[in-house]
Amino acid sequence: MALDASSDNDRPGPAPGTPWANAQLALALLAINPQGLGGLWLMARAGPMRDRLLAQLAAFAPQRLHPAMPPDSLAGGMDIAETLLAQAPRWRPGLLAKGGWAVLSSAERTSAATAAMILDQARKSCATGQPTALVALDESATEAEALPSPLAEALGLFADLDGLALADCPEAALPMDKITAAQAILGGVTLAEDALAAIAETCQILGIASPRAALFCIAAARAHAALHGRHVTTAKDLEIAAALALAHRATRQPEAPQDQAPTPPEASPSPPPPPPQADNAQDRAAQDAPAQDTTADAPQPDPATTEMLIASAQAALPHDLLARLQAGRIARQMAKGAAGAGARQASQHRGRPLPPRSGRPGTGQRVDIFATLRQAAPWQKIRRAAVQAAQGTAGPQLLIWPRDIQLKRFQARQERALFFLVDASGSAAVARLAEAKGAIELMLAQAYARRDHVALITFRGTQAELALPPTRALVQAKRRLAGLPGGGATPLAGALDMARACVAQARARGQTPALAVLTDGRGNIALDGSANRQAAQADTTRMAQALRAMRVPALVLDTSMRPRPDVQTLATALGAELVRLPRADAQGLSATLGAALGRDMA
Amino acid sequence: MTPFPFSAIVGQDEMKTAMILTAVDPRIGGVLVFGDRGTGKSTAVRALAALLPPIEAVQGCPVNSATAADCPDWFTPKDSATETRQTPVVDLPLGVSEDRVTGALDIERALTSGEKAFAPGLLARANRGYLYIDEVNLLEDHIVDLLLDVAQSGQNVVERDGLSIRHAAKFVLVGSGNPEEGELRPQLLDRFGLSVEVRSPDDIETRVEVIRRRDAYENNHETFMAEWHPKDAALRAKIVAARQGLMAVKSTSIALYDCAAICLALGADGLRGELTLLRAARALAAFEGATELTRAHIRAVAPMALRHRLRRDPLDEAGSTTRVARQLAEVLP
Repeated sequence: MALDASSDNDRPGPAPGTPWANAQLALALLAINPQGLGGLWLMARAGPMRDRLLAQLAAFAPQRLHPAMPPDSLAGGMDIAETLLAQAPRWRPGLLAKGGWAVLSSAERTSAATAAMILDQARKSCATGQPTALVALDESATEAEALPSPLAEALGLFADLDGLALADCPEAALPMDKITAAQAILGGVTLAEDALAAIAETCQILGIASPRAALFCIAAARAHAALHGRHVTTAKDLEIAAALALAHRATRQPEAPQDQAPTPPEASPSPPPPPPQADNAQDRAAQDAPAQDTTADAPQPDPATTEMLIASAQAALPHDLLARLQAGRIARQMAKGAAGAGARQASQHRGRPLPPRSGRPGTGQRVDIFATLRQAAPWQKIRRAAVQAAQGTAGPQLLIWPRDIQLKRFQARQERALFFLVDASGSAAVARLAEAKGAIELMLAQAYARRDHVALITFRGTQAELALPPTRALVQAKRRLAGLPGGGATPLAGALDMARACVAQARARGQTPALAVLTDGRGNIALDGSANRQAAQADTTRMAQALRAMRVPALVLDTSMRPRPDVQTLATALGAELVRLPRADAQGLSATLGAALGRDMA
Repeated sequence: MTPFPFSAIVGQDEMKTAMILTAVDPRIGGVLVFGDRGTGKSTAVRALAALLPPIEAVQGCPVNSATAADCPDWFTPKDSATETRQTPVVDLPLGVSEDRVTGALDIERALTSGEKAFAPGLLARANRGYLYIDEVNLLEDHIVDLLLDVAQSGQNVVERDGLSIRHAAKFVLVGSGNPEEGELRPQLLDRFGLSVEVRSPDDIETRVEVIRRRDAYENNHETFMAEWHPKDAALRAKIVAARQGLMAVKSTSIALYDCAAICLALGADGLRGELTLLRAARALAAFEGATELTRAHIRAVAPMALRHRLRRDPLDEAGSTTRVARQLAEVLP
């Protein structure tokens, strides 16, 4: 069995670090120490491998969670339909109230709000001594999808089933007797002497900032030691813990050139000089320079241990996975505001009130009590008579039947996502790029005031690039813009194509997209990347028309030196307003922008 | 499990000072903590509340009223007997709805007995304690508005569902977040009394210490708590003494002049900056056992009281901490 093979300390088992063995082990460790580990982030598409892994949990009847879960079923609350029928309050407990295993499917689609609620519930279940072991199934396919970062942060372990064949995944079952035995001794497991220092240094070298990662690593090492009936952790325990709890949080590869040059593991005869003890933390806060004082007598991590931990973490981490996770992490950070605030369900909770509508409660909507009472009022006499006839008793004073229920409705003001398409090609760049940057900054300031999300698509050379995914962090936008180089050909069609994808994505998030295109309109790179002016023009027009068909409000800022028909053609195809930049002063531009982009806004 | 001891938090001195100051004088008006995850923000809030002396509250009172006379009119206490409660720390989760925050019609009683009763919300529970919002920059704008409004006025007013309810809601608002993930509107920023920036420790020694203490806390709980108890107790005594000494701290006109001068030099909007700076400096003086406010106190708290109030171009990259420091060196040498 994979678990045994991976975990035996003395016998060189077959490939202890295989992804399947790791996933198996992660489940076992989580079963032993759910309190300390919180959960497992399982990167796996739906498929037989995943089913086989999760089948082991069947005996525990795990709670099934999904991202679209309404808050009241997650957190529990009154079951209104039941309450009305029973004529007495009926409560529904939260799904995680009793702790135990919970499986969150499509975890990458979880909104920040739902994630916060799940974590809140899990924390509460922990506090009542019935910890939740959450398995989050991450089915991300693209870089834009990723677990909300609070969720990723709170899950101690990580495993990746992608790219495994069913043959790699022998059937297995959780070794329940060993787990029970391990739980019994877990509290008594102590850490080996230099373990803390080794883990801290490993975190440092892998670029993991949060101390939580280190704590998860310790919890995993303890659980692993307990699994093997050990009372003190060994190097093996740490190694496995690093692979499961640290590897995926790495933000840099140890052998890659490092910005702040921590001693590379191979070339470190002695660990970096430890700074002075915690007492002069003020100094550190004041001037983040690590002090060179070596008087501290703290235990020094054994370089060999650290080296081994890093190697283990790296082995668990294919290169492309690190790249993928990083891309996801960045995209997540960028899109974070959007994920939290742009949820479509929001229209059930906030915004301008609309007249109530009858419907079934319990789908995350709020009951409008007064409208409900009003609905029920005229029927009271008839209903009382009916109840009297049917039951022979008078029944309760007030008879509200489920069909009386009126739900509150709100009109949510959608958030706007403003996409800047900036032409940084040679034809536009040299003369106008600075001016275009100025115009964008002006619009950014306006967007800031309106709490818009902004995104930056730049195009030059052979392709367009999403330089900044939608974000509210305008400082980021400014920074990207300042560092924008100019020169090269004009892949305008490609940029419009990318804008199309972005617009669709923004709509899926519940945002209202708008475009501001800054170009001289002279696209000369076709969609297939060839430098064919004619094909480029045709592609540009086609893409522009496609955008127009999506009814995206757009604005074209002409950055060319002299008026040209190209830009006019583009603006017409986009159905956009055309503004000549050289003439547009700050005030005028601002007004035009507001008028052009604001017209379709709520 | 008892919360992590406040004194055992490694480093992060500015954050700890800011929180202690709000404990000395809650009128300072909340703390905003911006920085990385896992830097002990929520740990510090919970630890501080556990550290503070317990409060006396009327038995059963949903808003933790100190005396029967303070109880809101919609709650009738059985008698004036009080009970001892821990200083409340209420978490405000991200996806929270407005009626959970302010309180709303008690549906149960409305349905079963036809009574129009009020079900208190999170603001009621947080009265006389702390309200902690993680990721405040991702919270819905209208909820943030509402919170700041209540925090400022100290009163929660509910006018909805045919209810007309008000109750005291005096709490210290602690917000945290990561500015990379979204910013707070400037109007909201300056409603927080103090703001601090935290970052993960970047040297191994500190990190090991952080992990070591946390690990000891989780796995060697009794011993660890016993070890830190004396320090926490000393800190509590100091805070209690500071609360009592606060009124006795004399603010000379020179100190007032200093506050005004630094705010003017920084172009901080409104008078809120001066007031907060003065209050924070007085709280610090009281905490240090001084009887008179000195320039050193003002200098010490000026960064946390002012850095988020600077009128700035939203796109300006220059760190506001640097600006405050520069002006301090110039105006208050």
